[in-house]
This record gives sequence, structure tokens and C-alpha cells, in this order.
Amino acid sequence: MPFIPHTPDDVRAMLAAIGAPSLEALFDEIPPTLRIGELPALPEALNERQVARLLEERAADYSRPLCFLGAGAYEHHIPAAVWDIAGRGEFYSAYTPYQPEASQGTLQVLYEYQSMMAGLTAMAVSNASLYDGGSALAEALLMAVRANRKSKSKRILVPRTLHPLYRRAARAIVHNQGLELVELPYDPRGGHTPVEALAPYAGQDIAALVIPQPNFFGVLEEADALTDWAHRQQALAVAVVNPTALAVLAPPGEWGEAGADIVCGDGQPFGAPLSSGGPYFGFLCCRQEWVRQIPGRLVGRTVDLDGKPGFTLTLQAREQHIRRSKATSNICTNQGLMVTAATLYLALLGPHGLEQVAAASHANTRALVERLTRTPGVSLAFDRPVFHEAVLKLPRPAGEVLDGLLAHGVLGGFDLSGEYPELGDALLVCATETKDAEDLRRYTEALAEVL
Amino acid sequence: MSSHIPADLRYTESHEWVRANDDGTVTVGITDHAQHLLGDLVFVEIPEIGRPVAAAESCAVVESVKAASDVFSPLDGVIVEVNEALGDDPELINHDPYGEGWIFRLKTSASLENLLEAAAYEAIALAEDEDESSLANPRLAD
Repeated sequence: MPFIPHTPDDVRAMLAAIGAPSLEALFDEIPPTLRIGELPALPEALNERQVARLLEERAADYSRPLCFLGAGAYEHHIPAAVWDIAGRGEFYSAYTPYQPEASQGTLQVLYEYQSMMAGLTAMAVSNASLYDGGSALAEALLMAVRANRKSKSKRILVPRTLHPLYRRAARAIVHNQGLELVELPYDPRGGHTPVEALAPYAGQDIAALVIPQPNFFGVLEEADALTDWAHRQQALAVAVVNPTALAVLAPPGEWGEAGADIVCGDGQPFGAPLSSGGPYFGFLCCRQEWVRQIPGRLVGRTVDLDGKPGFTLTLQAREQHIRRSKATSNICTNQGLMVTAATLYLALLGPHGLEQVAAASHANTRALVERLTRTPGVSLAFDRPVFHEAVLKLPRPAGEVLDGLLAHGVLGGFDLSGEYPELGDALLVCATETKDAEDLRRYTEALAEVL
Repeated sequence: MSSHIPADLRYTESHEWVRANDDGTVTVGITDHAQHLLGDLVFVEIPEIGRPVAAAESCAVVESVKAASDVFSPLDGVIVEVNEALGDDPELINHDPYGEGWIFRLKTSASLENLLEAAAYEAIALAEDEDESSLANPRLAD
């Protein structure tokens, strides 16, 4: 059986059935300028043995450097049981479980996931996940504008300390829907968004304020003060958080006097390997009062006709299979397999285990910074507390330094000069719980040699 | 299915009813026929008081166990009162669509003359009853 099910005979029969003379005629309404035509960059076809060899060689090229790179995706230890269980056929092939009578296992996993995320964020509701952190932020902003009926504007304040890719992804998704994203400057000494930076917007009609915690520099924002400012302006507070950090930081539901309204972020630290960038998953949680504005699947617990507990999708009138074009979102699906891994990861670690991961990552990053800044010319860029990342100022361009470190088998961090040229030669470093004293020593020695 | 269609009200093709009040306002709800089609209501999203609305503009949402539908303003006007009781008890619309289940009150200077009379609305409701496809099954999607 061919992998592509349409034989030339099939195609001819289908064209004849709809009265189109050729495939070309069928697609002729697409302007030629939009057609890609040939794909010249595609190499000749390879057979299975050749493909396996090519990929093995490429994998060897990567040579698994010692990783101190964070910037939104983090290397954490994943207990072997996580993917051993998540890889079972019952989970691996699961799709959106519309039929509760056939999907109790998948539904229960999603329900457990939602319960854990709601607990971690101190929110009443979590959806069953979204694509990734950036698209989760975009959905959170669209949701905030729908939910905030006190605001007539679609203006949202977004700190420059928020992950640059999240800002770009959110803008790409929301700018044609009339949302205006206004960037807030950061404090050059603290690397955070001071409440004073919001002063020019006081009294204006603002739909929401985004609060990253920790921010892209690893720095802790004044989450309580920012949340209270938003609420005084009748704006919603949208938290973008690292989920591991929630084990040691105040959950967004407890920020300020009333807590954040919507919480989103990337779930990758919970059981998803780095894998050159994905797949990861996004999470989205909210207060009870906004539940009808949250997009995506929601699983609820209920009882069947015999009174036995069971699980089912709930509040489906928000969704596209019921509300069509007026659904809360038509571009959201959930990342069921990644969420299964995250649920297993959290269940295996437990609250105390997650707290140990967060605390060890924080301690390792502090130790790394302490060692690296002993190197002449290397200093800490900001004076505010950090979670498990920090910005270092270097005496030479960060790109050059990173190339040099890689030659020593060290992936040294993220070069900030592209996204934040005003910081000069600046490097974002991260040391999670996967690093030990010997690893920190290796980085420190390699840096001294490179400089 | 035969539904109740009071003769003293006006109607829209999108299943709202309109009652003219003495004070230059009109009261709006959804018809008995509409609540039958929707089934048990579980949530009503009511508009903000003070909101200006145009005729045929969506200004409320009724959600049942099997569907969610927009409620459209029948006339140009401004929302002056909403039925807060629907927040706790959306089934008021099922039990008493023309009374306790009213949705909002509109201040308007528009004439009701162009809205449907009971007989014309009844013809629409009957035609829908015969056409089962008006209750399309929800389609599953990714």
C-alpha cells in the first residue's frame, strides 16, 4: 500500500466527480505569486538506511555540549518512568477525547493535569493545554480583552522584560484582531519593570497588563505591586510564569490584594526534553469568573447515570465545534502527549520534589554567577534577585565568547545583543539542577581560557 | 411541537420577542420556540447597561446544554436594564420566556412597525419545525 493514498486513478476519478478538468484547474483561483512551485532546496530522496545514517551523523555533530542555555526552554532531569509510561499506546495515540465513553483514561490524565496546574498557579481553572508559551500568551491577551468589559480599549501593556519570542508570537496572532501591544521599558539597574514605568498610563483605558515572573533576564518582577496597579486601573493582570519557579515563588493567584486574573506560560520544564525546540506545550489558567472566556479543552469530573465518578469535556459551548466562528479560539488545540508527560513528571516529583528542583536550580545559578564573575571583566548586569537565570556583562562580544566556549564543549548561554543591543556584550546564563560543582568548574575554566 | 406565541408582542426572524412599554423602552427576550430548540439553558451572558446597540447587533449570548446562540438587538437603542436574575437562574428563560425570562430593556426611538407580527413569526417557527436540519448536529473538529 502506498503511503500517499491517492493514486493517479483516484485523482482522476475525484476530479471527474466534481467536474474539474485537472488539478491545475482546481487550484487556479490561487494567484501564481502565492504558489511555491518547485522546492529547489529539497535534496534527492534517500532510502531508510541512508536517512538513518544521515541523522546519526548529524546527532553526533551536536556532541551533547554541557548546557547552560535557558532563555525559555530548560534542561531538567526527567525521571525515566515519565516517557516510559507516556509512550504507552493508550496515551501515545490519544486525540481530543470528545467521546467520554471511550476516553476515560485520557480524560482523567487531563483532569489531573488541570488540577495540578490550578494548584500550582492558585487559579480556579486550567485548560487542557495549548501549543506553546507564546501562543498561550496570545490566547491570554485575546481572552483578557473579551473578559474585561470595563475596558473599551484593546490596549495591553507588555514589558520589554517579557520573552522576545513571546512578544513576537503574540503580536503576530493578535495584531490583525485590533489589539494594541504597548511596550514598557525596564529599569537598567534592576532589570525589572518598575511601577514608575507604568505612571504615564495611569488613568488611561488599558485592557490588561502582562507580568512576567521571573522575566526573560531571570529577574524577579515586583509582581504584587504590578498586579495591584493593573487592578486600580480596571485592567486585568496577565501572569507569564515559569512553572518550575511556582514551587518556590508566590503563585499568581496570590499576587497583590486580589491575585492575577489569567496565568500562562510554557510547560516544557515539566517533562519535555529540549529536542531542538519542541514539541513543548503552553498552559493557560484563570479565575473562575473568566471561565467562559478561556479557550481550549476543559475536562470536568462528574457522575454517570449510575452515580459513578467519571470525566468529560465540559463548557464546550466556548469551542469551535459548537460556536463555529464565534468560538473563544479557532487556532487552539491541546498538546495531549506533552501534557501526559507533564502530569507524570509532577506526580512523580510531588510538591516537595518540584521545590527541590527549583531550589537546586536557583542555588546552582547563584553559584555559577559567583564563580563566573570572579573572571576579570565579567560582571552581573542587574542587582535584583533572580530565579535560575542571570545576565552577565562580558568584556567581548557574547557571540564570539559562545563560539569559543562551544569549542570547549560548553553551550554557554544566550547572546542578548540581538534582542537587547542596549545591554552591550551581555549573556544570559542558566544552571539547572542537572549541573554539579564539576560542571560549574568546567564552565568557569573554559570562560577564563576563551577570554 | 407547538410553541406559545403571544399576539400582543412583536418578533424577529432571529427569534427575539419585543414588548413595547409605556415609558419609551422595549423589553426583549427569546421566544418559547427558541428556548425549545435550545433545551435547558445553563448560562446567559447579559449586555452592559448603557451600551448603545444597533438593530441586528449581537448583544447577549444564551448557552444551553447543547448549543450557544447570540441574541440580537431588534432595534437601534441603548441598553437601560438587564435581567440580573438570569445570572443565578438561566432556566427562567425555559420556564417563562415572555415573563421572568426577559433578557434586557432597550431605550429606543425606533418604530416597532418593521418587526414581525405574531402570525408572521408563527409561520417561520412552523417552517423550522418541519425542517429538522435547522437543528444541525454539532460537528467535531480538532
